[in-house]
Amino acid sequence: MSEELLEIKDLRIEYHTDESVIHAVNGIDLSVKKGQTLGLVGETGAGKTTIAKSILRILPGLQAKILSGEIRFEGKDLLSVSEREMRKIRGNKIAMIFQDPMTALNPIETIGFQISETLKIHNKLTKKEARKKACEMLELVGIPSYRYDEYPHQFSGGMKQRVVIAIGLACNPELLLADEPTTALDVTIQAQVLEMMAELKEKLDTSVILITHDLGVVANFCDSVAVAYAGEIVERGTVEQIFDHVAHPYTEGLFASLPRLDRRERRLKPIKGLMPDPAALPEGCSFCDRCPYAEERCFKTKPADVELEPGHIVKCFRVAGGE
Amino acid sequence: MAPLLEVYNLKKYFKTRGGLLHAVDDVSFTVENGETLGVVGESGCGKTTLGRTIMHLLPPTEGRIVFEGKDISKPKKPELEELREKMQIIFQDPFSSIDPRMTLGEAIMEPLVIRGGMSKADMIAETRKLMDTVGLASRFENSYPHELDGGRRQRIGIARALSLRPKFIVCDEPVSALDVSIQAQIINLMLDLQEEYGIAYMFVTHDLSVVKYISNDIMVMYLGQVVEKAPADELFDHTLHPYSKALLSAVPIPDIHKKTKRISLMGEISSPVDPPAGCRFMPRCLYACERCAQPQVMEESTPGHFVSCCRYKELAGKEEEQ
Repeated sequence: MSEELLEIKDLRIEYHTDESVIHAVNGIDLSVKKGQTLGLVGETGAGKTTIAKSILRILPGLQAKILSGEIRFEGKDLLSVSEREMRKIRGNKIAMIFQDPMTALNPIETIGFQISETLKIHNKLTKKEARKKACEMLELVGIPSYRYDEYPHQFSGGMKQRVVIAIGLACNPELLLADEPTTALDVTIQAQVLEMMAELKEKLDTSVILITHDLGVVANFCDSVAVAYAGEIVERGTVEQIFDHVAHPYTEGLFASLPRLDRRERRLKPIKGLMPDPAALPEGCSFCDRCPYAEERCFKTKPADVELEPGHIVKCFRVAGGE
Repeated sequence: MAPLLEVYNLKKYFKTRGGLLHAVDDVSFTVENGETLGVVGESGCGKTTLGRTIMHLLPPTEGRIVFEGKDISKPKKPELEELREKMQIIFQDPFSSIDPRMTLGEAIMEPLVIRGGMSKADMIAETRKLMDTVGLASRFENSYPHELDGGRRQRIGIARALSLRPKFIVCDEPVSALDVSIQAQIINLMLDLQEEYGIAYMFVTHDLSVVKYISNDIMVMYLGQVVEKAPADELFDHTLHPYSKALLSAVPIPDIHKKTKRISLMGEISSPVDPPAGCRFMPRCLYACERCAQPQVMEESTPGHFVSCCRYKELAGKEEEQ
């Protein structure tokens, strides 16, 4: 067993607005092993991005409140280190790729400048050295280095995402947080970018948290999976455990609602209803209103984590037995 | 029976400073009553422009559009108004395609008001019926769009399109902005409506899994042109065009035991401004040869399966060897 690079324990985050309190993350546990890719799956509003942002401590300070929890990275709790120290980690040991390459880049700086910026800050490189390294990074992500002095608008969406990846990987981070890196791209371009990311990950031995809503991407690129629903991780395990032995009714529902290229079906089986409002979560299991198997106890008490097999952890009464 | 919609050699060009942009270039197809034609392709392939041109939201540059046996290529205003009752469109983005200042009830009633000829009470009753049909609870009648989630907003779009009982609906990426569990609800709703009212759809999307699921026939577009067209199962079982093959292989399958062999395409889509005469996919094609620089002809390989590639026969042979 390889060691854990990042361990999140009992993380709880709320957003406070004028009208209400939004329970965005409600006691999640997560871990990423060194050199592995964790797929964080879930629908809009499940809290995926909030989790990623909390790792880097870039949540909006005024609204977001971290109630409890621990984020262990290389022996330190990221939630309690000083801002000064955090600045050395951000973009250096932990980097993030944002969803939308169109807005993640600064439109008035050249892409070369934006890649070398992180290198100058973290690695204390001179301008010349930084340029050389930045050119290497460009070549690495498949962009000819003569385009160093061009501006973001001169690149297509797929190319921009490559630039964003080059910035993320420039300092050779231990952990890369990729927030839906290919959602805004066409499938053939998505395939190019994902393949490149997988290659670079191998080469640089980076661990990745890949946030996505696409189970196909997870099947092809991840080692382990965590399924987020209404601010909780309802099921986690290795890809084999999740894809071959689905245990949580929500994960099961997600698979059933996917139209599949590799199968012939006449009707999809959607999950009925909607995700609960994070400002007014049900008392019991957060999935109880939509769950086809819900029983009385599901509406009253929250199910605890059950370890089905080593590493395969499910939040559901049903799997705990006593059906 | 004659097809519901026939399109012959439709072209839509846009003048740009750089030259003529060939958004839709010589596209022909038919849609049968109560059936679904899926149109797939990546951004910039002209699929949205095609839908809008058929709806006359954009005037066609050239070509013929025949609806119910009547030529509607250049409709006059009263004719167009009549057409709007029979042809409707559902837009991609449920967040921007609905007037934020109209309540949900008003938005759904709007087409009925414009058509006229109904009493207010009848229109309100009809609106409630429509809301029920698309699965919107009546308590939302006085809500504004910003109070609703994406799935519900898309239901408003569907209810509006449905309100005049059209025979044909252009669906422009209606589920792309939605989460999978909601996407499945909307797709099922659209299939139910088709069964009940016999509506024909032209379903425009970039998502191959969705298109396979919903379509009778599928048309694959690349840079304004149709590269392959076939019945849905035929297209997936016997893919002929190199672009369709690459597109199919690029879709990640949610199954860890079926790792598809990806055909990696080089580069990106080229410019649609003054494109060369030959095959437009040639710069990215793994099998490009000299003949590809010549204009390509659409050929029928098996009945109903059309492909526009001069090498499809040799390539089909190659596959089998492997």
